[in-house]
Amino acid sequence: MDSTQNQNSNQQSNQSLLGYFAKQEKIFPKRVWGKYRKLKWVAMIVTLGIYYLVPFIRWDRGPNAPDQAVLIDLNGPRAYWFWIEIWPQEIYIFTGILILAAIALFFVTSMFGRVWCGYFCPQTVWTDLFVWVERFVQGDRNARKKLYEGPWTFEKICKIGLTHFIWLIIAWCTAGSFVLYFNDAPTLVWSFFEFDVSPTVLTVIAGLTFSTYLMAGFAREQVCTYMCPYARFQSAMFDKDTLIIGYDLDRGEPRGKHKKGESWDGRGDCIDCTACVQVCPMGIDIRNGLQMECIACGLCVDACNNIMDQVERPRGLIRYDTTNHMAAAVKGGAEKFKFFRIRTFYYSAILALVGSVMLYALITRAPAELHILHDRNPLYVQLSSGEIRNGYTVKILNKTHDHKTYMISVEGLDGAVIDVSAAGDVGADNLFVPADSVGSYHINLHAHVPPDEPRDIKFILEDREKTIRTDYDAKFITKRK
Amino acid sequence: MSDKKSNKNSAGAHKDIDEVSGVETTGHSWDGLKELNNPLPRWWVWVFIICIIWSIWYFVVYPSWPVPGGATEGMGGYTQYKELEESQAEIRARQDVYLERFENASLNEILNDPELYAFAIAGGAAAFKDNCATCHGTGAEGGKGYPNLNDDDWLWGGKLDEIHQTLTHGIRAGGLDTRVSQMPAFGKEGLLTRDEVNNVVDFVLSLSHPHQGDETHGDVPQEYLAAGAEIFQQQCASCHGPDAKGKHEFGAPNLTDAIWLYGGDRETIFKTVYNARGGMMPAWGERLDENTIKQLTVYLHQLGGGEKDDAPVLIPATAEEAIEDNGQHAEPEQQPAE
Repeated sequence: MDSTQNQNSNQQSNQSLLGYFAKQEKIFPKRVWGKYRKLKWVAMIVTLGIYYLVPFIRWDRGPNAPDQAVLIDLNGPRAYWFWIEIWPQEIYIFTGILILAAIALFFVTSMFGRVWCGYFCPQTVWTDLFVWVERFVQGDRNARKKLYEGPWTFEKICKIGLTHFIWLIIAWCTAGSFVLYFNDAPTLVWSFFEFDVSPTVLTVIAGLTFSTYLMAGFAREQVCTYMCPYARFQSAMFDKDTLIIGYDLDRGEPRGKHKKGESWDGRGDCIDCTACVQVCPMGIDIRNGLQMECIACGLCVDACNNIMDQVERPRGLIRYDTTNHMAAAVKGGAEKFKFFRIRTFYYSAILALVGSVMLYALITRAPAELHILHDRNPLYVQLSSGEIRNGYTVKILNKTHDHKTYMISVEGLDGAVIDVSAAGDVGADNLFVPADSVGSYHINLHAHVPPDEPRDIKFILEDREKTIRTDYDAKFITKRK
Repeated sequence: MSDKKSNKNSAGAHKDIDEVSGVETTGHSWDGLKELNNPLPRWWVWVFIICIIWSIWYFVVYPSWPVPGGATEGMGGYTQYKELEESQAEIRARQDVYLERFENASLNEILNDPELYAFAIAGGAAAFKDNCATCHGTGAEGGKGYPNLNDDDWLWGGKLDEIHQTLTHGIRAGGLDTRVSQMPAFGKEGLLTRDEVNNVVDFVLSLSHPHQGDETHGDVPQEYLAAGAEIFQQQCASCHGPDAKGKHEFGAPNLTDAIWLYGGDRETIFKTVYNARGGMMPAWGERLDENTIKQLTVYLHQLGGGEKDDAPVLIPATAEEAIEDNGQHAEPEQQPAE
């Protein structure tokens, strides 16, 4: 990112086609310590802890359901999240979660800037972890840079090899943990020791290991800069009251080297030490103003504060602040952080709305559902007795974890008789549906009715214990149109 | 940022630099708007090149290049026919689990075993659409001359073994065990006069339309009905029964119910009595294997009109036995011919 390299690439452009494309500059973020770095460690430990350990949490659901707290059972197919259980047809709940996640992201971004990017995004967390490994094995920024630019000595081979080895182990664990969310975790872990793992699982693990290794080890800031759509449209959520990482131009400029004992009069507080540039995982210079690449991790704030302490100037030359607040500070006054803005109102309103709809759906989740599908061909059957018969496919969703026997009856058709077509002796009052599954029956309904327009009827479903009752509206067709 | 500095270093006279961003432009201008020349990342090119390499690999391994008379076969030997075969083999393997049990089970056992029942319904529905839907319709709803198999009215019987018999040997299909009967063409062959036919038709109509004045019936004098009743007892009762409720052994329909195979209006019934009727169904035992016929039997039985059996039905357990049985039946018949 400096002038010589850019010049090089310009010269290369005359030589090869690749010269027309920007080379990725390897970034060696320097170690830093401070408030935001501490927050980042905490965020990393919490998020990685959740990710790696949650599959092992047990949650008792009785004998007919898995006891894993968080599980997406693709064969079931069911999704479990502690006390919540979702069937495929309840996928709208998942849609609701996605909407909530998106709006929450917008809300947080409009308030506090890109905290998701800086602290919680998997790309950031794993990159941070991989950089930590790099630093642990190869040393800090200067040592790494020297090793990278130096010749391939035995030491370099060992250090680079060890780094990549540890990266691959982390990547493998990451992929392995992902698979645990789709299988019973202890069983799957044990199957690894018995060398009895399905090829599907191994393929998924191989793919995710590779992608983790590639994304956190090599692609890193390129993902945020070039691949991530959120990084591109986040500026739409920013306004002048959004917290951003800002360099105080008014206080810092004119910048320049400063020797101990020299006067601070007539110059800015920035001593041009480039500490903020050296620690930046995105490889940018925050003093050029807010940039699309900035993930708001705050490491430059830590770095600058440490320098300011050393040169005995006040902290906060680079700080988390709003554009409005910074402008007010220049004029001598201080403006309060504005929490209530139009966009915070409507983001909160959407959050509340979607949240309550989802809550309502979860609270009123029926233990049984009835679905009736009228036969299409034939629409009705003339019986020899003069009665008319209609056929229906009945689907009973038993969402409880107990085997249930249901009774079906019909309203709105006098003298109607229900016959069930099924193996064995099955009547309308003993429709058996195993726990946590869908029972499908074909029933015939016949009654003495004159040919007329389709009649509105209602099927009533009750369980034997009469604790569950649900209904479904249907038609009884008696003649051709 | 770096581009600003690079201008000074490498700027040639021909380069056009945007003043605001400090980035070189492509030199293209639309109504004064200039396009900045921000380079793509280089890994993007590598991804592009990897995609090209992958596509070459694909060309080599999979059928892809069009050549006269088809396409290149590809080193991998992949074809969609093979994929189809594999998935069919998979399905057959899944069926095999049931097939042996299914073969050895009686129709009644199938009706009471949920697994075999489901297997029979699935297979029967498919076989029905392949073989029977041409005449009986995809929903077995039938049509004029082709019985509706959903209802409870059966010409040749709606018990499991009766359906099985009809399916295997057909109706008027030739062969020793086929269902055969022939209604005389009462008018055409001169057995009854036109007036007598009219009387019988009025009587038959009155069986299912007891109330005079019905739109399909009309107001018929009592003496016509009495004359018709007398003719019916002489000519028709032998097959249709004295009560006109039909007889399965002759395939004679019940004339008192609400169902008419060829139509229940006066004109159609007149034509039926005058010219006679007699449909034909192939003997499916010659075309389908025993398992398919068993599946079809259970499928048809559960469509809604299947009649309950009085006693458990015994049918030949395997196809081999069925052939043996046929042989035994056939032998004594053949002997007189010698």
